[in-house]
Amino acid sequence: MDVILGITTEKEVIVITSRAAVRGVSILKTDDDKTRVVAPHTLLAYTGEAGDTVQFAEYIQANIQLHEMRNTTELSPPAITSFIRTQLATSLRSRKPYNVNVLVAGFDTATDKPELNWIDYLASRVKVPYAAHGYAAYYTLSLLDRWHRTDLTLAEGLEVADMCIAELKKRLPIDFKGVEIKVVDKDGVRTEKVTE
Amino acid sequence: MSDPSSINGGSIVAMAGKDCVAIACDMRLGMQALTVSNDFPKIFQYNNSFIGLTGLGTDVTTLSEVFRYKVNMYNLREERDIEPETFANLVSTTLYEKRFGPYFVGPVVAGINSKSGKPYICGFDLIGCINFAKDFVVGGTSSHQLFGMCESLWEPDLEPEDLFETISQALMNAQDRDALSGWGGIVYVITKDKIVKRLLKTRQD
Repeated sequence: MDVILGITTEKEVIVITSRAAVRGVSILKTDDDKTRVVAPHTLLAYTGEAGDTVQFAEYIQANIQLHEMRNTTELSPPAITSFIRTQLATSLRSRKPYNVNVLVAGFDTATDKPELNWIDYLASRVKVPYAAHGYAAYYTLSLLDRWHRTDLTLAEGLEVADMCIAELKKRLPIDFKGVEIKVVDKDGVRTEKVTE
Repeated sequence: MSDPSSINGGSIVAMAGKDCVAIACDMRLGMQALTVSNDFPKIFQYNNSFIGLTGLGTDVTTLSEVFRYKVNMYNLREERDIEPETFANLVSTTLYEKRFGPYFVGPVVAGINSKSGKPYICGFDLIGCINFAKDFVVGGTSSHQLFGMCESLWEPDLEPEDLFETISQALMNAQDRDALSGWGGIVYVITKDKIVKRLLKTRQD
C-alpha cells in the first residue's frame, strides 16, 4: 500500500512518496525514502517487492552514474527511462524477475520541459502528465483528471498534490505516515516538503 | 484476467482499398480495468511498411524497437527500403524465434509495394503464423467486434477518402463495445505517393 505519485506542472515534476516502510501488518519505519536520484535532473521513485526495489533502483543509479563518468555527459530523462525499461523487460523473462514498479521524473535540459514516465514490473512504459502506482492510483487519478492542467504553476501543483494526499489519508485503510514531496526542475532535484 | 494479451488492452485494424491501404489503432493503455494512459499509439512505420502491435504493452514496445533495429540493418545491408511482403516475413520469423516463450502480441502489417503498387495487408498470431487477407485484418481485445464491423462496412475497391471513413467507423464502433480499447484513435491512409495520418477524437470512457 505504498503511495507513489507523480504530477507534472509547467516547469517541474512533483513526486510524492509515502514514508512508511511496511512488512505484513507492521510498520517498520516512518521515515522511509522511496526515491533515488539517478542523474542530476532525474529522480526514480519505486514500489514493489521488499528486496527488489532498492536493489533495482541502486543498480540503475550506479549504471547511470558510471555512464556519466565514462562519457562526461548527463543522460537525458528519456534516455534513462529507455535504459530502465530495457533492464526491466529483460528481467521480466529471466528466472527471477524484478518485481518493481517505478516512476521516472525528470527535467529535460535540452528541451527545457519536465517529463514523467510510468513503468510497471512488466516493463510497460508510458509518458504521462500524472501517474500513480498501486492502490493510490484508484483514489488520485480521478482527482488529477479533474484538476490537472499542463500549465500548472508549482504552487498550484502542490495544491493539487495536497488534495490527493488528503484523499489518500481519508480512504486508505493503513496510515502511510505522511509523505515526502520532491520537486524536479531545471535546478535538479530537491525535497520540497516532508509531512508527518 | 491475468491473460497477458488482455492486461493492457488495445485494438488494430487494417483494410485494403483501390490502390490504397489503411491501418488504424486505438490509444489506450491500461492495467486491467484502470486506464493509465490515453496516449499510447500502437502503429509504427518502417520505410513504406506499417505495423500495428496490440497485446502486452511491454512486448509492443520491445518489438517496435526490435523491428526498428532489424529494418535499419536491412537498409544498410541491402541499400534499399524494405517492402511490406518482406517485412511481413521478417515479423513472422522474429516471432517464431520465440516459439516456446512468445511475445504476447497480435500484429497487423499494412503497406503498398513500391515496385508493383499493390496494396498488402496481413495479420499474425503470437508465434508468427501469417494470415494474408485481400479485404481486412483485425487484432487486439476488440477483434470480435472489429470482425463484425468490417464484415458489414467493407466493400471492394474503396477510394482513399471512403476507405478512411470505413476504417474509422469500423474502429470507433468496435472499440465503443470494448472496455479495454478506445480513448482516441489514429488512422493512416496509405497511397503510392502519399501517407495521410489522422487523429480520431472519440468517446473518452
